[in-house]
Amino acid sequence: MPNKIIKDGTITDDQWLLLDQDATDVPDGPVIVPLSLWESEKEALAGRKALGIWLNSDESPERIASDLENFDLVAINFPVFVDGRGFSYGRDLREKYGYQGEVRAIGEFIRDQLFFLKRCGFNAFALTGVDLEPALETFNDFSDSYQSAIDQPEPYFKRH
Amino acid sequence: MYIYNQHDQQLVDERVAQYRGQTERYLAGDISDDQFLPLRLQNGLYIQRLAPMLRIAIPYGTFNSQQMRKLAHISRHYDKGYGHFSTRQNIQLNWPQLEEVPDILAELAEVQMHAIQTSGNCIRNTTTDQFAGAAADELEDPRPYCEIVRKWSTFHPEFAFLPRKFKIAFCASTADRAAIQMHDIGIEVIHNVDGETGFRILVGGGLGRTPVIGTEIVDYLPKQHLITYLEAILRVYNQLGRRDNKYKARIKILVRAMGIEAFREKVEQEWAILKDGPSTLTEEEFERSKSYFRSPEYINIDNDSADQALEKQAQQDPAFGNWMKRNVDAHQAPGYAIVTLSLKTTGYAPGDVSDVQMEAVADMADQFSFGEIRASHQQNLVLAHVQKDQLLALWQQAKVHGFATPNINYLTDMICCPGGDFCALANAKSLPIADAIQRKFDDLDYMYDLGEIDLNISGCMNACGHHHIGHIGILGVDKKGKEFYQISLGGSQDRDASLGKILGPSFSQADIPDTIEKILDIYVSLRIDGESFLDTYRRVGLAPYKESVYAK
Repeated sequence: MPNKIIKDGTITDDQWLLLDQDATDVPDGPVIVPLSLWESEKEALAGRKALGIWLNSDESPERIASDLENFDLVAINFPVFVDGRGFSYGRDLREKYGYQGEVRAIGEFIRDQLFFLKRCGFNAFALTGVDLEPALETFNDFSDSYQSAIDQPEPYFKRH
Repeated sequence: MYIYNQHDQQLVDERVAQYRGQTERYLAGDISDDQFLPLRLQNGLYIQRLAPMLRIAIPYGTFNSQQMRKLAHISRHYDKGYGHFSTRQNIQLNWPQLEEVPDILAELAEVQMHAIQTSGNCIRNTTTDQFAGAAADELEDPRPYCEIVRKWSTFHPEFAFLPRKFKIAFCASTADRAAIQMHDIGIEVIHNVDGETGFRILVGGGLGRTPVIGTEIVDYLPKQHLITYLEAILRVYNQLGRRDNKYKARIKILVRAMGIEAFREKVEQEWAILKDGPSTLTEEEFERSKSYFRSPEYINIDNDSADQALEKQAQQDPAFGNWMKRNVDAHQAPGYAIVTLSLKTTGYAPGDVSDVQMEAVADMADQFSFGEIRASHQQNLVLAHVQKDQLLALWQQAKVHGFATPNINYLTDMICCPGGDFCALANAKSLPIADAIQRKFDDLDYMYDLGEIDLNISGCMNACGHHHIGHIGILGVDKKGKEFYQISLGGSQDRDASLGKILGPSFSQADIPDTIEKILDIYVSLRIDGESFLDTYRRVGLAPYKESVYAK
């Protein structure tokens, strides 16, 4: 049975296969490859249908900035949930590089971070270890925000 | 002062509900200790040595009598009847129950208060001059800018899990009463040659185990760019700050490792993308923010005759005159004065206030200062707008409630963290040290003869008591399980900021008062023509003090 993830505010089946950091074989079907594999096999992988890439928290999206058109999905790994670099990576992908595909959080992030992750441009969440249904409620923790972010580029002071 | 609109209130209420849910999930075992940790910290809750500690925010140190009464109620109902004003212009409760914290936060929200981001690796409460909007030496009131930063930093989605805590301070006056050089970001409000407001921004200052004085990153930033520029700095720090070692995770370490030139270049690159974007501030927003900090409705008072009357009162009652000299500062409006209520009375922990005292301060604020109160980073309270012809009446009330110790900026007006009596991080107790020093130097004439001296005490390297920037600093250290104290000399927090130098081997608790006395004796013997402690130290250096203190 496929894993369940949260995507665009609903719970759905995950169609993607996440490859390990040290994977060398790339099976058929939608795969999310590690950055190292992309960098070493760029020519073989480019043009492949349904290709995703994942970045670790010490791998800035800057490294794939000129390759983004190859990916339907960019996943950001949170090796521990308090490593907040991924929040900036999400914004970079959307704001700096104009990436329109799926931006997915993977790894050890927790449900209490969903609201902020969404604000930073993430639209998919491979959240593990908790029931997804109640986790959906956290997207409504706050009805509004002060700052400019991806979900609401206009800060509060410009809207009132 | 700032008053919440419906939007502010709604967000604070939603935060209470969110934290209530998180606490319930924690108590039900659905969240691990590790996961709950940053959630409770970002709502002000530490787990301390004896009990949890709740740190309540007082944004940039300004609050009102109604809020003070609520704090009195909370400390009485949920705690042991007192609170502690900290060096972050916040108030801490030492004995709340974890289960009751959501209720405390709900009570705070009723009076537009909260504990949001008072701890944790996020942007903390922005601090500023406790005399803001009243000081005679002020260029303009910094609080409208602090409030803009408060909004921006509250629930900032990108910067809630930084490498380490992040502190921002503003100053807008000749004297720097906010120690901006000791902050992750220090911001000075300045005017350019055309009289336009902008900001001089310092980055990478801080105390803790590696004390550093901030470095200028931009000498004049036009005011509309404030938020985009801060965002650029934070974005660079969030991505490049060290996360492998919490003692090397503050921005000061990053700035030092990269060098200010390279760091600035990186920030400017980020800023180029953000500049003139949606977060660019508008004239309308500045005006709106300023509208909350307009001067109160001062009455017309003839300043000269008010001063003459005061002089007479001081002659009739020299104790009043003395208090006025020590605890009253110049105000920008004629006929008004700024009063500092001393929380440094011998026998009480520095910064501590009982529930009854809180209510007394609220009453005094209503009667004498438009209901407004300030908390200072030196752990005192301030009534910022007092008519000069009411100073005598205020002093009499302050005396009754234990706030009139005439020692502001003198030796016994110490900054002191809660230390090993409460704090789980502390290596040593700090409160008994403060108490012993206050008891030893209880002769006011001697204290005044010494002139203004900042004596700061921290119970550990984290430096909550700002020991590095005390003219005399005392640091609790652990030596093989025993508590010892290191003394440093020559620190300063003002514009001429400097970090103290360690005198030598540490001392036992019992030896501290005598050692301080020796240091003061040397100063008195070496000073020339009323030279201050700091100036004397800067002239003669550490050697004569060392010689005397460690003489066999």
